[in-house]
Order: sequence, then C-alpha cells, then structure tokens
Amino acid sequence: MLRFALRRLTVALLVALTVMVLSFMLTRVSGDLAISIAGASATQQDVEIIRHAYGLDRPLAMQFIDWIGRAAVGDFGESFFFKARTADLIMDRMPITLTLGLVGLGIALLVSIPLGVLAAVRENTWVDRLVQLVAMIGQAMPSFWLGLILMITLGLQLGWLPISGTGSWEHYVMPGIVLSFSAIPALTRLTRSGMIQALGSDYIRTARAKGLSRLSILGKHALRNAAIPVVSIAAVQLGFMLGGSIVIETVFALHGVGFLAWESISKNDFPVVQAVVLVLALIYIGLTMAADLLNALLDPRLRAS
Amino acid sequence: MSGTVVMPARRRFDWMRRTGLVAGALIVGLVLLVAILAPWITPHDPFVQNLDNRLAVPFWMEGAEPDHLLGTDGLGRDYLSRLIYGARISMLIGLLTVVTSGVIGTTLGVLGGFFGGKVDDAVLFAITCRLAIPVVLVALAVVGLLGSSLMLVILVLGLLLWDRFAVVARSTTMQVRNLDYVAAAWASGLSTPAILVKEILPNIASHLAVVATLEMALAILLEAALSFLGLGVPPPLPSWGLMIAEGKDYMFFSPWVIFVPGVALFILVFGINLLGDGLRDLLGAGDTR
Repeated sequence: MLRFALRRLTVALLVALTVMVLSFMLTRVSGDLAISIAGASATQQDVEIIRHAYGLDRPLAMQFIDWIGRAAVGDFGESFFFKARTADLIMDRMPITLTLGLVGLGIALLVSIPLGVLAAVRENTWVDRLVQLVAMIGQAMPSFWLGLILMITLGLQLGWLPISGTGSWEHYVMPGIVLSFSAIPALTRLTRSGMIQALGSDYIRTARAKGLSRLSILGKHALRNAAIPVVSIAAVQLGFMLGGSIVIETVFALHGVGFLAWESISKNDFPVVQAVVLVLALIYIGLTMAADLLNALLDPRLRAS
Repeated sequence: MSGTVVMPARRRFDWMRRTGLVAGALIVGLVLLVAILAPWITPHDPFVQNLDNRLAVPFWMEGAEPDHLLGTDGLGRDYLSRLIYGARISMLIGLLTVVTSGVIGTTLGVLGGFFGGKVDDAVLFAITCRLAIPVVLVALAVVGLLGSSLMLVILVLGLLLWDRFAVVARSTTMQVRNLDYVAAAWASGLSTPAILVKEILPNIASHLAVVATLEMALAILLEAALSFLGLGVPPPLPSWGLMIAEGKDYMFFSPWVIFVPGVALFILVFGINLLGDGLRDLLGAGDTR
C-alpha cells in the first residue's frame, strides 16, 4: 500500500508541475502581456516601461522560476485590477465556490443514487429506460440556460428563491441544482451498472438464500459494494464541478472563485487568471489522488496495477 | 441466471433504443440540412436590424406577425433567420472541433495502446495532465487574451477535448493489437505504420465514432457557454449561446427570447447524444462513456 501511495504521489507531483508550466505558458504565449496591460491608448514607450516594471523583459525561464518559487509558498503576486494580493482574493472567494460544489454534489448524489438503484432493480424495464432517458436529458441541458430558466420560474414567477447574488443559504439552491446536472448523468449510470453487477454476484445469491429481506440485500450488501466506484467518481466530479463553476457563478453573480476568474479574464488581470487555473487544477489533482488511494485501500486488487 | 432467461427481457425494450437512434439521426440530419441550406431558406437577412420592430412576439403568442414566425430580437432582427444561421455555427464548431481533437486523441491513444511501455506511460501522463486542466476556464482565458473569433474557439476546444478519444483509442487498440489478423499482417511483412492505419484504425473506428458524437455534443455546449459569457463567437454572429446572452436583458418580460435558442441548443445536443447511444448499441461499441 505504501509503495502504491508513493508512486501515486510522484505522479500527482509531476502532473502538478506540468500544469504549472502550462498555466504559466498560457498567459505568455497568448500574445504580448505588456501591450495587454498597457491598454489600447498606450504609446510604445509606455509599453516598454510596463514591460520592465513587471519584469516581462527577462528571459522566460527566469520569469517562470521566479513565479514558481513564489507560487510554491502561496504568493501569486498582486492583482492588477483589484490591487490586492492574489492569494488573499482566492482565499476570500474559495469558501463560496467550495460550498457551491458540495451543494451541487450533494444534490447530484441524492438524485442519482436512488435513480441508479431503481434502474438496476428494474433492469430492462420501462423504468430502467426512463431513468436512462432522464440521464440523457440532464446531459443535453445547457447549464447556463437552465440557470436562466430557473431564475425566471423559481425566482421571478414563484418568488421562492433569490434571483442572484451572494449572502444567505438560499442563494446556493438554484446554482446548486444547475451544477448538479453536470454530475447526475455520470453518477446515475455508474450507480446503475455497479448495482447490476453487484445484484448478479454470488454473495447476493447467498444473501437471498439466507432469506434476508429485499431491503437489507439492496442496502446492506449490494449498494455498499456498488458505492465504492461511485465515491471515487464523485470526488473526480467535484473537481470538474469546481472548474465548471465559472459559468454558473457568473450567471447567478455568486462571488466565488469562478466569478473572480471571469472578472479577471475580462480585465486582463493575468496574475489572478494564472493563479485560479493553477489552484483549481491542484484541487482536482488532490481529489483524484485521494479517490485513487481510497479505492486502493478498499480494494487491494487495484494496488497491483 | 442462465442466458435464455435473460434474453427475452433484454429484447423487449429494444424498440426504444431503435427509436432513439432514428430520432437522433433525424434531428442531427435536419439541423445539418438547415445549416447547409441557411442562405436559401432564411426568410430575412439575419444581420439586418429594424429598431422600429423590436421584440416582436413568436407565432404562439397573441399579436404575432406572420412575417416573423419566431419574432424579432432586441435589435429587431428576424429570430428565425438568426436561429437558422446559428445552426451553422453550432454544426461548424461541433464538426471541426471533433476533427481536431479526434486526430490528436486517436494518434496519442493508438500509439500508447500499440507500443505500450514507455510510450504508453507518456500517453497516460498526457491524459492525466489534460484532465487536471479546467477546460472552460482555460478556454475563456485564451479567448479573453487573444480576442474572440470563431476559428480560435474551434482551435482551443479542439486542443482541449481530445482526452476521451485518447482513452478509448488506447484501450481498444490494446484489445485489437494481439488478435490474429494483426499477427497475420506482421507475418505478411507490413510495416508498422501500415498496420496502424490499415489494421488497427478500421477496427477501432466504431468506438471512435461513438466518442465523436459525445465530444461533438460537448463542444457545441461549450461554445454556447463561452459565447454566452461574451468570450466565444463575437457578435453580430448569431451563435445560439450569444443569442441567449443578448436575450438575457429582456428575459423577465419576454422569456421566449431565451427560450427559443435554448430549446434549439437542447434539441440538437440531445439528438447527437441519442445518435451516439444508438450507434453504441448498433456497433456493439461497449461502454465508452
């Protein structure tokens, strides 16, 4: 187990390093930063001054080592637009994005596990097909559009929930529902196939032979085994959801990290953009590693590969 | 349970799958046709504004004008014509992105799956890195820095969405690699590139076709989201995502303004997914989700 963990950690660190290089390159190869910062009305002289002031006239490798060294201790430089430390900005906004991600994941699990179990128990009946159709509808739904539709119906016409903003728990309900749509199809299908596999296995036949109740077989035996892959995919999905929260936070004006990223992109505030890309990637890398380790802990067969 | 007991149950709802495949093919075919024929079937120029006739209502509402079946937008442009030209943009984005990402992903996956060892380690590492990158955020950042254009959106999405192609191409190549006909090709003295192109590719193509539908649906949704946020296809092009963004200002008074392009987007993506699901069953491509 320790060897597996060490190998997995090495891979995670290498991926993190590669992503760091990529997120650094992202802002450097996409045109001349000094010109972007200086704005349209700047003269050639202004651009030169800015290029020097931000250290953009140094060799790329030097700039990268400088940036990575600071980033490693949590210093992402200062935001051009907000005139504040980038790290502070992200730390301020992160709780909102994490809350949104967890609410979305919670809703997704509450919907997809019962649906998946139902489809598996009634495999190849109209119930099963209906569940798969629901999953497909969820997959085809444009998230930002669903958000607007909810704002019109639940927000304006029924008046149940606030339309946009940050503040009370109620502000997380609609964005959470929208975000959950991105995870429901995958989680439902996984629960379904896991349950079908579990229900067809020998230990379930044994449990049936022992005369255990249907509910106890489903809940205690089958679901527990089907849950292992669902938990690990849920962790991965949470990573994707945090990355995808930029669209939903912008729609609902929820001031999390995604909204911060959108603001910074529209203001050409590249230290913040770079830092948000990196932080979200690191969270994803951490989550997938945790999921892999958890899986290996629960299922020793996985450690060999 | 023995196979004979399971079989009848498995057959019983097959018509639903067939229906799905046919419905999906019809939807995608229809949208493709509309996109190709756009200049000849639009009732109006999608770019011509008429500020005296703003937000005319669509046909199912009272006071609709027969000249504007789906009404007009906030600048008085004919909504049906814009919707039809929007189909062009969605199809163009979907198809070109899939070609770009398909070439990248398939190349990586086939190489990794065929050669194994260090090559495969490198391919797996590339896939892992790619998955760690937040797609929407990076796409927005690149478009934000370089300025929005249709070609840039296609390029960025194509360079980002190759992961599933690579995963599926890799695993299916591994399955095919050791089969008899590949050994026969070796024995007959075919070169390695020839084997990859002539023996491996045709045999994993059905799996890749299923992935292509999934990625096309994803690319169309992502383009709409980017355009909605103002960092995708630039105005005045009638991207469906952009139409929803422009309609946002009026949505509380005239909800149909965002309803129309949103439903079009949903139906197209749903149709592509139906087609992919149907293909998966038809070709026996297994689970590629």
